[in-house]
Amino acid sequence: MTDLTDLGVADIRNGVRAGTFSAREVATAFNANVAEAKALNAFLIDTPEHALAAADAIDAKRAAGEELPIMAGVPIGMKDLFCTVGVEARAASEILNGFKPTYESTVSQKLWDAGCGMLGKLNMDQFAMGSSNETSAFGNVISPWRRNDGGNAPLAPGGSSGGSSAAISARLCPAATGTDTGGSIRQPAAFTGISGIKPTYGRCSRWGVIAFASSLDQAGPMARDVRDCAIMLEAMSGFDPKDSTSLDLPVPNWEAGLSSNLKGKRVGIPKEYRMDGMNAEIAAIWDKGAEWLRDAGAEIVEVSLPHTRYALPAYYIIAPAEASSNLARYDGVRYGQRNLPDGAGLQDMYAATRAAGFGPEVKRRIMIGTYVLSAGFYDAYYTQAQKVRALIARDFAQVWEHCDVLLAPTAPSAAFGLGENSDDPIAMYLNDVFAVPASLAGLPAMSVPGGLDSQGLPLGLQIIGKPLDEQGVLNAGLAIEERAGFTARPGKWW
Amino acid sequence: MTESTYRIQGATGEWEVVIGLEVHAQVTSNAKLFSGAATAFGAEPNAQVSLVDAAMPGMLPVPNKECIRQAVRTGMAIGAQINRWSRFDRKNYFYADLPQGYQISQLYHPLVGEGAVEISLDEKNPDAQTKTIGIERIHVEQDAGKLMHDQHPTMSYVDLNRSGVALMEIVSRPDMRSPAEAGAYLKKLRTILRYVGSCDGNMEEGSMRADVNVSVRKPGDEFGTRTETKNVNSVRYVMAAIEHEANRQVDVLESGGTIVQETRLYDPDRNETRSMRSKEDAHDYRYFPDPDLLPLELDDAFLDECKASLPELPDAKRKRYETELGLSAYNAAVLTAEAETARWFEGLLAECAKAQGKPEAEVAKAAANWLLSELYGALNRLGKTIDDSPVSQAAGAELIALVADGTISGTIAKQVFEIMLETGEPAGKIVEERGLKQTSDTGAIDAAIAKVLADNADKVEQYKGGKEALFGFFVGQTMKAMQGKGNPQLVNAQLKKALSE
Repeated sequence: MTDLTDLGVADIRNGVRAGTFSAREVATAFNANVAEAKALNAFLIDTPEHALAAADAIDAKRAAGEELPIMAGVPIGMKDLFCTVGVEARAASEILNGFKPTYESTVSQKLWDAGCGMLGKLNMDQFAMGSSNETSAFGNVISPWRRNDGGNAPLAPGGSSGGSSAAISARLCPAATGTDTGGSIRQPAAFTGISGIKPTYGRCSRWGVIAFASSLDQAGPMARDVRDCAIMLEAMSGFDPKDSTSLDLPVPNWEAGLSSNLKGKRVGIPKEYRMDGMNAEIAAIWDKGAEWLRDAGAEIVEVSLPHTRYALPAYYIIAPAEASSNLARYDGVRYGQRNLPDGAGLQDMYAATRAAGFGPEVKRRIMIGTYVLSAGFYDAYYTQAQKVRALIARDFAQVWEHCDVLLAPTAPSAAFGLGENSDDPIAMYLNDVFAVPASLAGLPAMSVPGGLDSQGLPLGLQIIGKPLDEQGVLNAGLAIEERAGFTARPGKWW
Repeated sequence: MTESTYRIQGATGEWEVVIGLEVHAQVTSNAKLFSGAATAFGAEPNAQVSLVDAAMPGMLPVPNKECIRQAVRTGMAIGAQINRWSRFDRKNYFYADLPQGYQISQLYHPLVGEGAVEISLDEKNPDAQTKTIGIERIHVEQDAGKLMHDQHPTMSYVDLNRSGVALMEIVSRPDMRSPAEAGAYLKKLRTILRYVGSCDGNMEEGSMRADVNVSVRKPGDEFGTRTETKNVNSVRYVMAAIEHEANRQVDVLESGGTIVQETRLYDPDRNETRSMRSKEDAHDYRYFPDPDLLPLELDDAFLDECKASLPELPDAKRKRYETELGLSAYNAAVLTAEAETARWFEGLLAECAKAQGKPEAEVAKAAANWLLSELYGALNRLGKTIDDSPVSQAAGAELIALVADGTISGTIAKQVFEIMLETGEPAGKIVEERGLKQTSDTGAIDAAIAKVLADNADKVEQYKGGKEALFGFFVGQTMKAMQGKGNPQLVNAQLKKALSE
């Protein structure tokens, strides 16, 4: 019998529908994997009973002859940024210690409605601020991947959705939710040899998702392959009247629309992404990706996104600005951690609570954000960054006159070792250099595995699409997936 | 337009006062600005708090269309420019009554632009002295919660019922020059808000409060440095705060000091203003567009509906009462000063026209007089408002009709009204059962006159000797003899006849 934990979303759903195995068997198998993978520190909280209860409900439905939903019997991991009823939600931060939501995020509710169960809450960079998972208050996630040099240096699973990426690549779950503000789905997917898509801004409701930067935050699926991403994206998407920025549009059946035949499609290669000193292995996999897409019938064209180099600085103004305000609510007054020194007044309580509750990277971004919004600096930073953002969006709008999707690397390198970048915020921020332009423009973008580098670590390829054209992105991803034949997986050492 | 002559007499001469008001008016709506929570006044603490109002993690604001609609209608009522594109900004500061750590407001692109309010400075003659006060803008924003410091020996409690309630901030130009003008402006604004139905204007419950900007200058000089006195919650206090603050500023300037731009508080118990914080320690609110909200874009259909739903506004109504109904300027002003009074009056007018079978214009004066003297007097005595008047419009109209058709005299009408108040019975029944009908029987009138003249032969002599003022005395005596039921016209006529014999 096949190991059920080797199966992805589509296979589990189809097997449960066909009665090849029960949803309970699937949940039990993944619960076991979660339980024995503590060394990865991917899960902050295990919820095996939630996964089993959902599985039992699906099995009962099947027994009753009811039609099963699109993710029937699929247990998933839930990034700690999502609020789920009765389960502590902390955004991997001490400041939310003890906070158990009484409400269910729209996205998680949609997933339960689609037949999923929850294996647990996944570790992440604190408040989704980070690219390595090292900013989690509860210890960093360790990537299941290791370099092939015989050394056992622990590697970063990427971030901020590093718990999600590690758990999927280590077969702790077939799929997981991620959120992407400036690459937080795509970069960890690339680091761990899995797929992940950030849809068009507004496709997935932000209601019940702990906010980092509201104008950029977007939830999306992370899974083993493109088809699984398509299925899960459909389950997560849809208009939500509780989120003013939610798109009031029908949700396409992306799975049914999957096609790797790219005849008549044009793929743009943005020349500005080919930066000086680019990692040769990254450049090589990028070229290979272009070949694969040509092989799938697409025409490859070089295009220009002239304002690319301003994207990262603009992002690191806008995102911290919004974060500095979004995180003001964590004040110790109503929920989460409260530090009240003897004889302290309100201001003292704020200071003590926030000093103790937030990690250093969160504090850094709150300070950056506070600075760029302050009187006398607002125009020079925030207003200017918004102008850059508009120019970036215009760059993309103009490029769609010449091509249907863009192909680029997901990250400038393969996974780095834990600690290698953690004392240099700028080096860490540079991880997002290929990811943030699509975030600033609100475009759908995904990462699919392209191959391994010389150290045996996965490299990702990024496809960026037109607004609302998740289908075009998924199809190009599928074309790469079919040709890359990526089957590598980390050897189990945990 | 009238120039104010209000001046403060200082040691160095006369000072002029410059006043601008920022009025915070709570929008009448069942739900808060960005959440579905209720807004009723006086609920138990924290009984009206949604997850959004408490700023729980991951919660998002969704604009309440009714609040936007009310602010737009208010803007239309003051003839203001309505901005089809506006946007919400966050005003960031920390306080325990502000769960989000920011207030959602509109700094850069308010919903409503320039408008104006016309005020009357003479209540008795509202057309005589008017002044136009410019409105700079109206924006919508969230209210904060409330701290309670008396519930625990060392801790403060937070009540979030008000948190997120929709406010309109109505910002005037610095166009007022006296406490009286500021008072008239506030009253007029409140009247307009109540007409429109966008705010109940209830200052005691805090649904309307004003930040008062005051500066002083020598007439003709540039504007002086202003102070802002926060959250003053009655018309009287606003006027008192201005007077006090202006005098304080004159004292400071005349003793060689300078006015610092600062925020002050008005203490009504001591009638003084106190410094709250100066510009140096003013917050840096770090305003920026709220990324949780899209810009607010209004379409024609929405604006048309707002326009169509506006009632006749107080100035237009007052003028119509004067020109079409022939009421005096004063009566028209009093009747239109409150939306409830005007509404009641118009109901009464319709009933009067029906009862008497005459056009409204012909019955308006009598109806207005009865309402403003008889009914108002009674309501004042009983401590009631017009909306809970013990006498209905139809009942009032019946009484007025009895006077109009000569069934009873005005004097008897007063008695009948008192009985109506006591018993709740209709006027016709009272008149019928108590035999209060007016007598037009000349025989009975002449008999009464004959007796009065006989009993007062000396006065008759004096009258005939030229003391014609005594005529009123004879009328009074005759009416008294007839228990007030004599038809006054006939009593007059018959008396004249008898005395000239």
